Amino acid sequence: MTINGWLQVALFCAIVLALVRPLGGYMTRVFQGERTLLSPVLAPVEAGLYRLAGIDARSEQSWLAYGLAMLAFHALGFAALYGLLRLQDVLPLNPAGQSAVAPDLAFNTAASFVTNTNWQNYGGESTLSYLSQMLGLTHQNFLSAATGIALAVALVRGFSRASARTVGSFWVDLTRCTLYVLLPICVVYTLFLVSQGIPQTLGASIEATTLEGATQTIAVGPVASQVAIKMLGTNGGGFFNANAAHPFENPTALSNLVQILSIFVLGAAMTNVFGRMVGDERQGWAILGAMGVLFLAGVLVTYASEAAGSSVLNGFGLDGGNMEGKELRFGIVASALFAVVTTAASCGAVNAMHDSFTALGGLVPMINMQLGEIIVGGVGAGLYGMLVFVIVAIFVAGLMVGRTPEYLGKKIEAREVKMAMLAILCLPLMMLGFTALATVVAAGLAGPANAGPHGFSEILYAFTSAAANNGSAFGGLSGNTPFYNTTLAIGMLVGRFFVIIPALAIAGALAAKKTVPASAGTLPTHGGLFIGMLVGVILIVGGLTFFPSLALGPIVEHLAGSAGQTFAAGG
Amino acid sequence: MLASLRPALVLFLVLTAITGLAYPLAMTGLAAAIFPAKAAGSLIRRDGAIVGSGLIGQSFTSPRYFHGRPSATVAADPADATKTVPSPYNASNSAGSNLGPTSAALAERVKGDLDALRAENPGAPVPVDLVTTSGSGLDPDLSPEAALFQVPRVARARGVGADRVRDLVVAQVEGRTFGLLGEPRVNVLALNLALDAHLRQ
Repeated sequence: MTINGWLQVALFCAIVLALVRPLGGYMTRVFQGERTLLSPVLAPVEAGLYRLAGIDARSEQSWLAYGLAMLAFHALGFAALYGLLRLQDVLPLNPAGQSAVAPDLAFNTAASFVTNTNWQNYGGESTLSYLSQMLGLTHQNFLSAATGIALAVALVRGFSRASARTVGSFWVDLTRCTLYVLLPICVVYTLFLVSQGIPQTLGASIEATTLEGATQTIAVGPVASQVAIKMLGTNGGGFFNANAAHPFENPTALSNLVQILSIFVLGAAMTNVFGRMVGDERQGWAILGAMGVLFLAGVLVTYASEAAGSSVLNGFGLDGGNMEGKELRFGIVASALFAVVTTAASCGAVNAMHDSFTALGGLVPMINMQLGEIIVGGVGAGLYGMLVFVIVAIFVAGLMVGRTPEYLGKKIEAREVKMAMLAILCLPLMMLGFTALATVVAAGLAGPANAGPHGFSEILYAFTSAAANNGSAFGGLSGNTPFYNTTLAIGMLVGRFFVIIPALAIAGALAAKKTVPASAGTLPTHGGLFIGMLVGVILIVGGLTFFPSLALGPIVEHLAGSAGQTFAAGG
Repeated sequence: MLASLRPALVLFLVLTAITGLAYPLAMTGLAAAIFPAKAAGSLIRRDGAIVGSGLIGQSFTSPRYFHGRPSATVAADPADATKTVPSPYNASNSAGSNLGPTSAALAERVKGDLDALRAENPGAPVPVDLVTTSGSGLDPDLSPEAALFQVPRVARARGVGADRVRDLVVAQVEGRTFGLLGEPRVNVLALNLALDAHLRQ
């Protein structure tokens, strides 16, 4: 580790913190339907859209209607994307002549993008047409991100309202998020990315004759516009197979900094939206504080571990850290930071191959996802995931002092705690259940490329990433098989919707409750004590659930590697 | 569910048109107008012919050129399309090695490369980036140390003094952005073009 390295981390944190309030204020105005800077341009578009769709912008929905609207919208998106992938060979904008995507891969990819996971079982430049990338993937990147934010806003309304029957309108939240938040940022962001060297063209691949006379076919495409929303919407699905490690997806150290900022910035600002809407910004800062503690711990472990390098390679007299799978322009620190950020949020873009990280460096991304990506998290998804943990923490605190638990003036009762536990339990069920299945059936065991404990880690990482809707991978796993395409898709769908629906049910139940005034016995939820309590509950729940699986994978690999042991594939 | 059908359908279609077509197409037009060279892939031409992209590494094997980092990219086997063969710096199929820290295959590969490099330049410490593959397999850069490590070989192959080659390397070193971000680096293609331009023989 170097001073320069920590300065790069500090700069990143400082910029995120500086953006939380301005963006939070802007987004709060957007979701409360107020006028914003962009209203003169966008309000007519918005109004026209509502007229066309028969939406009354003032009419709100109950949590159930909100959820059904969201599901109907996703069903449509799923079907359209699946169809597009299956038919891409006969549709336009296919200069490389890609063939139709196979049914199981199309199913997996559709599930992947509709759930904001963006798991890549496809190799972008070798599988998809430009039309599929733009109309299918870019578009789902926007809408799955907007959906995540909309749901978080609905849950926040549950906390901020009293004796209310509605939690907002899904249609309005979706539209306003897309038009006022995502699109304007992406337009500016795309141009910045092109200025750094990311291609944005509909031209076909380039044939170059190298200095040594060989032919090099260089894939290009409308990359920048997709990278902008892939990062901002914490989607993470790359235009290219190597994702943000590819020089055309992330050409410079500056583009790298802005990309990791854009993964975090909306999620971090959502905590401020939460604080503002419940009428006490300190509540938002407390949530962000708990996230920050977990985040910095993750950065410390990953950075230290990658900077120290692999014991096996260091044994040959190499130093300089673990550079296998990392790009030189980013080096150790920017690769480690990216890995922690992308798994803390539910982005899943990678600028280095996580599969080649040291055992402990690869452990942190796994833990981040297993905890449910609540450290800033996916846009929106991180906030509602964290609020679910808040409910459990409040419940535990209530048990300790023998009082009815309350949060922000809302009594937390049996229904909320049950729903919170349902949302928390579906993740380990998918992650550990499918991992266990894959380690006993032949189709599952055929997947890993690495032998020994690292092979197990590859499987565990895949199902963890899928259920957490992250999308990053230990890429050695051959996931493009009927077994993995299907099981991973199920993991993604359950991991998305079985968290969303309980979270919405909580929103509905909370909105209907009266607000009780704070009394001397109320636990303050904006101070260090509460942050400590929350972090403790997260670590105990996550730690107890996942420690055994981590012991079988990265932990035993770390011990074996320290002893100089290696594992040969096929042996 | 039925009441949701019209809003769902209309919003889906219109938002698809905006985000999936209008946005990328408008961006393509704007990018081409403002940054035409970069939007097209930062291509480098020599004597009118495209020799590569300034951002994408390419394979160098001749001792007369500086070599980039090892690359793990593959291509379809011409003999059997279901298999793949190594194809370093294949810019239409980016990939890393995905070998884990306890992989015997990784240890073996690194050991082999190390032995070859130590034989080529005995006594000098081998920079780690010369024996590790990048994440994309298309890394255009080397660390300054890794470029300097190759100076004796290139000078020998070109029959020129090592000092002249070293000066060219030093002139190509890019520092950290704003003195803070990223790592110091040398673009291998740019370095080799400078080599050809100044030491053509």
